[in-house]
Amino acid sequence: MSASAALTRRTRSRRGWDPAALVGAVLVSIVVVAALVSFVWTPYDPTLVGAGPRLAGPDTSHLLGTDRLGRDVFSQLLVGARTTVFVGVVAVGIAAAVGVPLGMVAGMGPRWLGQSVLRFNDVLLAFPALLLAVMFGAVYGASTLTAMIAIGIATVPSFARLTWSGTRQVLTTDYAMAARLAGRGPLSIALRHVLPNVSGLLLVQASVGFAIAVLAEAGLSYLGFGTAPPTPSWGRMLQEAAEVASVAPLLSVWPAAAIAVAVLGFNLLGDGLRDRFDPRLERRS
Amino acid sequence: MLLRLLWRTVILGLSVLLASIAVFAFMSVLPGDPAVVALGVNASPQALADLRTEFGTDRSAVAQYVDWSAGLVHGDFGVSYVTRAAIGPQLADRLQVTLWLVVVSMLLAVAVAVPAGIVAAVRHRRLDGAVVTGVSQLGVAVPSFVAGILLVDVFAVRLGWFPSGGWVPPAQDPAAFVGHLVLPVLSLGLVQAAVLTRYVRSAVLDVLREDYVRTARAKGLSPTRALLRHGLRNAAIPVITVLGLQIATLLISAVVVERVFVIPGLGSLLLDGVANRDLLLVQGVVMVLVLAVLLVNYVVDVLHVVVDPRLRRAT
Amino acid sequence: MTAAASTPAAPVVSAALRIRGLRVTAGPLELISGVDLDLAPGERVGLIGESGSGKTLTALALLGLLPEGVHSQGEVRLHGGANLIDLPERAWAQVRGPGLAMVFQEPMSALNPTMRVGRQVEEALLLHDSGTRRVGDGGRAAAQSRTLELLSDVRLPDPAEIARAYPHQLSGGQRQRVMLAIALANDPQVLLCDEPTTGLDVTVQAQLLDLIVSGAAQRGSSLLFITHDLAVLATVCSRVLVMYGGRVVETGPVSAVLRTPHHRYTAGLLDSSDLDRFRDRARLPTIPGSVPAAGEFPDGCVFRTRCAAATEACHTEPPWTGTQQHGYACWHPLDPAGSGDEGSTP
Repeated sequence: MSASAALTRRTRSRRGWDPAALVGAVLVSIVVVAALVSFVWTPYDPTLVGAGPRLAGPDTSHLLGTDRLGRDVFSQLLVGARTTVFVGVVAVGIAAAVGVPLGMVAGMGPRWLGQSVLRFNDVLLAFPALLLAVMFGAVYGASTLTAMIAIGIATVPSFARLTWSGTRQVLTTDYAMAARLAGRGPLSIALRHVLPNVSGLLLVQASVGFAIAVLAEAGLSYLGFGTAPPTPSWGRMLQEAAEVASVAPLLSVWPAAAIAVAVLGFNLLGDGLRDRFDPRLERRS
Repeated sequence: MLLRLLWRTVILGLSVLLASIAVFAFMSVLPGDPAVVALGVNASPQALADLRTEFGTDRSAVAQYVDWSAGLVHGDFGVSYVTRAAIGPQLADRLQVTLWLVVVSMLLAVAVAVPAGIVAAVRHRRLDGAVVTGVSQLGVAVPSFVAGILLVDVFAVRLGWFPSGGWVPPAQDPAAFVGHLVLPVLSLGLVQAAVLTRYVRSAVLDVLREDYVRTARAKGLSPTRALLRHGLRNAAIPVITVLGLQIATLLISAVVVERVFVIPGLGSLLLDGVANRDLLLVQGVVMVLVLAVLLVNYVVDVLHVVVDPRLRRAT
Repeated sequence: MTAAASTPAAPVVSAALRIRGLRVTAGPLELISGVDLDLAPGERVGLIGESGSGKTLTALALLGLLPEGVHSQGEVRLHGGANLIDLPERAWAQVRGPGLAMVFQEPMSALNPTMRVGRQVEEALLLHDSGTRRVGDGGRAAAQSRTLELLSDVRLPDPAEIARAYPHQLSGGQRQRVMLAIALANDPQVLLCDEPTTGLDVTVQAQLLDLIVSGAAQRGSSLLFITHDLAVLATVCSRVLVMYGGRVVETGPVSAVLRTPHHRYTAGLLDSSDLDRFRDRARLPTIPGSVPAAGEFPDGCVFRTRCAAATEACHTEPPWTGTQQHGYACWHPLDPAGSGDEGSTP
């Protein structure tokens, strides 16, 4: 089989990026560009009530129509992208900042420590993002901040577990052994050998975590546990649209599509990155 | 095998203990006195003191925790500070509704995803396999509640085939029960089916490349029988893990979907509790959800041991 | 295969396995080209070469179990039967097992980890009714007792207990014996072995080789034995095919080829395992360079990029010198007179 395995590896490297990953990168870019553009330009002030007639359909003055208060939907969508990207970045940042060191300590420390961190992880896994955010909201009042923190904390276990297993793998390699024998301290080994080797997988996890954050933020905003009005967010646009679904069914389609584009983009990008970085080469083609 | 089971049970117990402490600690950091919330700021000191004694909030946090957690063991979740109603029976009531949603959705997801995932894997170089993969990829990107909103748009508002929301208990009117179940279950189940399809596909793809499937073919088994007899059980091992995670996801997605369809399940109870600042109720619902997730993880662990003989020896 | 034996083109009926012009391709890449072989009933032929020279792929092509995207052409017949290369999938089920069986290289991954070993042997029997036919009518029970016989034939202690075990509970040698029992279950006409003893202790190796040879002999099975170990080759086989770059570069009786190799590659292989030199504390010679990746072998003589004797002539493909039973393909053969042929250097 060695010949055919070599073959798979070669055709893969020659092919470069997988088309699905490219599509993912394009979709992610669309969301990010929309978020950036919204800082300098939107067709209307997204919070301006009566920017046009109420519940108008798409036309030249309002690209995607207006909502029940006459606000411009396209402008809201652009600013909503900003919220989404912001929540995603902060949530994934929190998860990585807590999870990666936790996983490394668990992987490099004594066995009991590793096991305790894993058990703690399992307990934390029982608190999904949405549940944490509702709890935070109940105690501190719901806001973008509570949503971000909740999503971040809920994503910590996946980062910690991934870093843990990556660290364990790296530590069994000859070069890590050699570094140890050469008298390098654990911090030096962590930074020189472990981190560079798990960074690819962490990037994959970050991309997937971003997708999860987008989903969670949308759900929370829909429930009123996320971004507070009047700041536009895709989830709350959905909630508002659902109330007028019988008269203006298109209104819920736009934010739904925006969420799907963002999630699909990050998922596809994550898959593409995994094909690049996963040491198990023979994954789906 | 028995030792491993015992060990997992101990872990489960510890996890539940840890989770209950976390939930209790988190919900009790709230500034403010439930007695004041219940009676208003103008209540007499005597009335407030009486109420504190009645609630038990005049005692130390540890005493309150011990009391609360001891009650949990018997299914006693305390009495609401707001409505003064016992919380346990409400939870039991609402849990039934949520379980209907979750279980039926899960069955739907498995029924769709297992064949779809196998087709996507076996025919991954053909058009039909690629189409299944693409559709599942799209499905993953749509949150359940968004699917719910869109389904209501089409099948309830425009076509009028199903009610747009509400709940009828099965004992009361079986036909209406099913009618009300269809759209919520579709929105939860199909999205989870999309997620699961991807995992089944990748597990089956991995298994198809295994040497033992080739050995089976070398014995004279057809590709299909080699997959069915030798592949599926091995492919089930990673899929079971995902199934466990999915049940947890479903429980949480149900919270939002219940809101979309105005279904009186645990999710609605949780959100009502938050809205009414009924914190003991919120605490109870959170605890039930967390407990359910931990139990599912435990069952997944046990199932692994049943499916994978390699785990039976290890501790 | 018996049904198709009446095919008008049916050639030389005497060969248990007849291969003509076997070619394996993956898209534009040619992985194996022009392999010819006649395997007489009961004959034991070795296939040697470094890893990456196409040995395993050849075996998989014979079994019709090439990986996805890899295709074969040419002619492969068992006892003059239908050409296996274009056999429909349904007909293959009758060939694999009683016609061709294989012992794979890696016994851990080649056995299903979630199925008891006994059932994996039984399955091979039940698929082809070999268990029932032999012991009379009794279906599963007959297959079960035949399974125990097979397991004890491969010298597994306490077959009943082994049959109930899962693969991970057995040692490497025990697992490979189980693989052999599965392969022998249907008395194959041709038994393919792909480095069956790699990774086993030397003593276990010797026992297993003995079992393979005696198992094949009892059944009159021909043996195609893949190895890179010349000592193993010399013990097991009477004839050898030397493979490099997906081509057979030399063939002949084992003793003749090992004593007077003609092809430079064969000579290199022999030199690099010359244990006498090792004993004299001399450096063991190696073949310079390494096996190129699949499809990246040079045109002309596939070995020329690593061959010290290569000249301009080697840019064209060397013709086959000698007979189909004993010959080589080299422009600059060693000791050309030894084969008694006109293989002089141009």
